Formats: sequence, C-alpha cells, structure tokens
Amino acid sequence: MNRLQTLFNSKPKNLLSVYFTAGFPELNDTLPVMKAIQEGGADIIEIGIPFSDPIADGPTIQASGKKALTNGMTLKLLFNQIESMRKKIDIPVLLMGYLNPVIQFGVENFAMKCKECGIDGLILPDMPLYEFETLYKEVFASHGLSSVFLVTPQTSDERIRQVDEATDSFIYLVSSSATTGAKSGLGSDQLEYFKKIEGMKLNSPTLIGFGISNRESFEAVCGYSNGAIIGSAFIDMMAASNNLSEDIVRFIKRIKEPT
Amino acid sequence: MSYQVDERGYYGEFGGAFIPEMLYPNVEELRRNYLDIINSDDFQAEFHHLLRDYVGRPSPLYFCERLSEKYQARIYLKREDLNHTGAHKVNNTIGQILLARKLGKQKIIAETGAGQHGVATATVCALMGMECKVFMGEVDIERQKPNVERMKILGAEVIPASSGSRTLKDATNEAMRYWINHPTDTHYIIGSVVGPHPYPDMVARFQSVISEEMKLQLKEKTGSPNPDAVLACVGGGSNAIGSFYHYLDELDVRLIAVEAGGMGVNSGKSAATTQLGGMGILHGSKTLLMQTEDGQVTEPYSISAGLDYPGIGPQHAHLKSSGRVEYIDATDEEAMTAGIELSKLEGIIPAIESAHALVALSKLKFAKEDVVVVNMSGRGDKDLETYIKWGKY
Repeated sequence: MNRLQTLFNSKPKNLLSVYFTAGFPELNDTLPVMKAIQEGGADIIEIGIPFSDPIADGPTIQASGKKALTNGMTLKLLFNQIESMRKKIDIPVLLMGYLNPVIQFGVENFAMKCKECGIDGLILPDMPLYEFETLYKEVFASHGLSSVFLVTPQTSDERIRQVDEATDSFIYLVSSSATTGAKSGLGSDQLEYFKKIEGMKLNSPTLIGFGISNRESFEAVCGYSNGAIIGSAFIDMMAASNNLSEDIVRFIKRIKEPT
Repeated sequence: MSYQVDERGYYGEFGGAFIPEMLYPNVEELRRNYLDIINSDDFQAEFHHLLRDYVGRPSPLYFCERLSEKYQARIYLKREDLNHTGAHKVNNTIGQILLARKLGKQKIIAETGAGQHGVATATVCALMGMECKVFMGEVDIERQKPNVERMKILGAEVIPASSGSRTLKDATNEAMRYWINHPTDTHYIIGSVVGPHPYPDMVARFQSVISEEMKLQLKEKTGSPNPDAVLACVGGGSNAIGSFYHYLDELDVRLIAVEAGGMGVNSGKSAATTQLGGMGILHGSKTLLMQTEDGQVTEPYSISAGLDYPGIGPQHAHLKSSGRVEYIDATDEEAMTAGIELSKLEGIIPAIESAHALVALSKLKFAKEDVVVVNMSGRGDKDLETYIKWGKY
C-alpha cells in the first residue's frame, strides 16, 4: 500500500492537494517548494512535469511550464532533484504530466524511477483508460503507483463507473468543463454535479480540482468530496512571490488552518 | 496488410485518441456517429452536390506535355489548385461542416498555419451561416496577412495564438483548449489527417475524392485507372492521403510522399518528420513526431508554411513503417526551383507546398511510358510574396 492509499483508507475529509510545476520559478526550486508545501500543512503534493504542448492547461500553468523548460527542466533532471526527497517529505507525492515525455523516458524506466524516488501516484490526463488497462496498468501497479483519472461534468455515468472501477486511490473531479485556472467559480451547475456524483455512491474517494483558488472555494467543495486540489492560484502566488518558502506556508495555512 | 484504421482507431501501432477527459465526450460523440452520417444517402447527396456546384469538382486531370518531355515520363497534374479557395482543403471543410450540422452544432472552430485551411473553413461557415473562430499563431498572422483578411471578409473571427512558439502547433493547442471550454455547441474542424481518432480517418475519407476521381479520369485518358506512380507533398498529410487513398491496396502503384526538407534534413532547419521524428504523442494521436530526447516537441522549419508541422498523420506513420509509401524530402531550394519551372513550362504557378511534390520528378527514375500523377494540391497566389523574395525567375 502506498502513502496515498494509506491516507485515503482513513476516510479523511478536507484534504488539500497542491499542484506546482517542477523547475519553477527557478530550476532548483522543486524540492524547497515541496518542503514549504508540506510545512504549510498540505496533505498531498502534485509535481507537474512541464511539457511543450499542454492542451489541458490554461495560461498560468502554460507559462510556468514554459519558464521551467527555459530553465532547463527535464524529466531526467526532475528524478535527480527528488531522488532523496523521502528524507524530508512524508506526505503522498504524485507526478502529473502529459504522456509524451513519459513515453520518451520509457514507461518501464519511468515507473522504476518513480518507485526509487518514493512517488505514490500518477496523473496522466491524456492517457486513455483503454491504453492504461492494456498497456500501462501492470507496470505502474507493480511499482506501487496509483493511477488517478479525471471525471468532468460531461463524463457519462457509465464512464464514471469505469473510472471508479480502475481507481485504487482517488478520482480527480474536474469542477467545470474548462482548462486549468479558468475563473468559472462555483455556480449552481457545479453544485448540482457534485451532488450527482455524491449520489452515485462511488467506491473511490474524490478530490475536486479546477477553479479552486482560496479558502472560500476550498471549503465550499469539501462539503461534497474528500478535499480539493489547488494549482493555478498557487502558481500565480509563486510567480508573484519574493520570498517563496514563507509565502507558500502562509498561502496554505490561510486555506487549511481553522480560523 | 491493412492500411486503414482499425476498430480502436489505430493504424498498426499508430493513432488512437490520446486526449484529456475534458475532450472525451466530444470526440466520442464524433466517433460513434461519423460513419453513419457520412454513409447516409442524404449526406452523400449534399456533399457531392456542393463539391460539384460550389467547389467545382471534379478537378481536371491535366496531361503536361512539356513537363513530360523534360522528365521523360507521362506526367499528369491533378488540379486541386483549381478548387474554390485554391486548394484541396475545402473538400474536408465541406464534409465536416455538413457533419457538424447533423450533430446539431452551431459553432465552428479551426486552426490554421498558412491560412488555407482557415480560409476554407471561413468559407463554408459563411455558406452555412455558422459562427466561425479560427486560431492562428501570432507569427503566422504576421507572415500571412492576405489570408487573415480573407477570413475576416468571410465573417470569421481570427484569434491570435500567443502561447508556445506561436505557430501552427500552438494554434492547434489553442483550438483544443477552446473546445475543452466550449464542449457542447462547438465542432472543431481539424484541417489535416491528424488529431485523435476519428479525425484522421474522417478527413481521409473526405479527401479521398481526389483519388476516386483520378481513377475515373485515368481510365478515360489512358485506359487504366491505375498510374505507375502518384506523387504528393506531405505536412500533416491530407492531400497525400486523399491522392493515395484508393490506391493503397493496388500494390503495383508506386506512392511517393515528399516532405519539406527545409534548409536540408540535417541542417536543424527542416520539417522532414519521418526522417527526424520518433514515436510520440501530440494533438491526440500516437505518431511520428519531431521532439527532443526529453519528449518536448520541437519547431519544424520549411519555406512553405503549410508543411511546417512537427508531426505527421498517424496513417502516414503506418504507411512509412510498413513501407507501402516512399517518403523522400525536397529542400526549400529544390521546391522553389521546381515551382518556377512548372510556371515556365506549363503556365501554372503552384503553391510552394505542391512544388515539393514536383521535386520527386527529378529525384526518382521513371520509364518513358510510365504514367505519373502529381497532386497539385494548391495554387501559388498566396505565395507570391515568397516567390518575389526568392527571385531567380
């Protein structure tokens, strides 16, 4: 059982998962950023692997990825940066990214490196469910990696059930039909959709992402799920920060700590 | 061996639908419905009516006497350049807009590089009274101004793609992002045989009218529907697939695709994807892709804006790996020289894309009695500025 599965086994509520782009804002910020995220009190870390053509991402994450690539970030370098992260980081860590860099690295090799570094799970949004089942599932599972799939308001009930079946940690509920960082807010459509998912009584826990930017939106969605994922708002804060570690801790505490 | 798509959307090991969940319902809706719609009698009737009366099909198959004399073969040009809007692109946009209407979509989006597909999309949107947004890289907007204005005159909105390298691949990224954010009322008209399944197959079917007509025209002119060779240029690969489509299983017909070699395949400024690319995933399909060791997609280069795409359609990747189609390259210099030569010998100024296909005439050996068809995918009007800058005519 990996750290993610252990965490979700205790049926937790109000989890905060934080996404950031590896190698941003500076090439060697990856590990210091992770430490600050943990110190602030987040429950899960998602490390974004930068990619030249991130079609599911809005302007904020695109810009951070572009900066990271300009800084010289590569998947190989990322594994070097996080090689010894488990000396400092004890919360679950996922890698999130597009499939192409993973395929170039070699799927088997990638899974092995993940295991060596202590990665618990993967979010590869352009990996189709069918290809996962037939090509990748075994490799990932044998290296202790959970695969996380997305569900959107347009996803059919039948497919939601398939995703539920394929999940061994949590389902990533995308709050609205959008790329990351869209300021759609949480309207009645979103709440209806969260209620519908709740009513489906899925076996898997859920985290809600896309459009979560502050304490208010975090608390609003925690009522319908096991917690939420913050990405673009976090990266916007990082981009504007002059004192990264301090600002990260403050940002997370403002969301997570009871008032 | 099958050269067509299988049930799961693959051509051999290439193809598939590698898309984020946000796009899945749209692409799945298309996948479930496209064959039924395309094969229905009323769709076929309307499609062929528009191809005939609006586009001006069948496009002529023209025997080039002076070119044949020069290269010592019986050379024909398939005149896609005479289509309405000046290229083969319109065959696909007519098909897709009819399909979009059947699916109940009200709005159309498209990506464009040189602007030919953008113009062809804006044209059919005007024809059907549908709202049209065309995504175009900022760099391309700057270098293809006349086509930008053509799209605007036709009523389309041209949206600058300012992300990434600000060219065709980024315009495609932006179109996909827009589609993610507007999933229910919008259809995305992809301009080439690229993208997630069913796009490569769907676009190939619409473009297959090229080789369908070639067969009838050749039969009439030469007595046999099959030539000895078909030549076409390839970027994403839609005109090439269209002109190869009905010959894929006719193994005695030599099929030759010409990629853009740019300044030379090994110069670092090239778009010869099958030579420089490796297996990868871009814009929803597994195909051959120009990329770094780290899997970052690299920027291709060609003097022809219509050929500088870092990938190639998955069917082409399969046709390459199976050996059914020969892939060669033509440099900027060779293509420009061939384009000027055709202008002088036959009075036809080709699009620079299409001029790449002509280069194969000098690179390959044909017998004097060989029937060789070159797909003249577009006309050179849009390239006048490039011809002028090139000089040497």
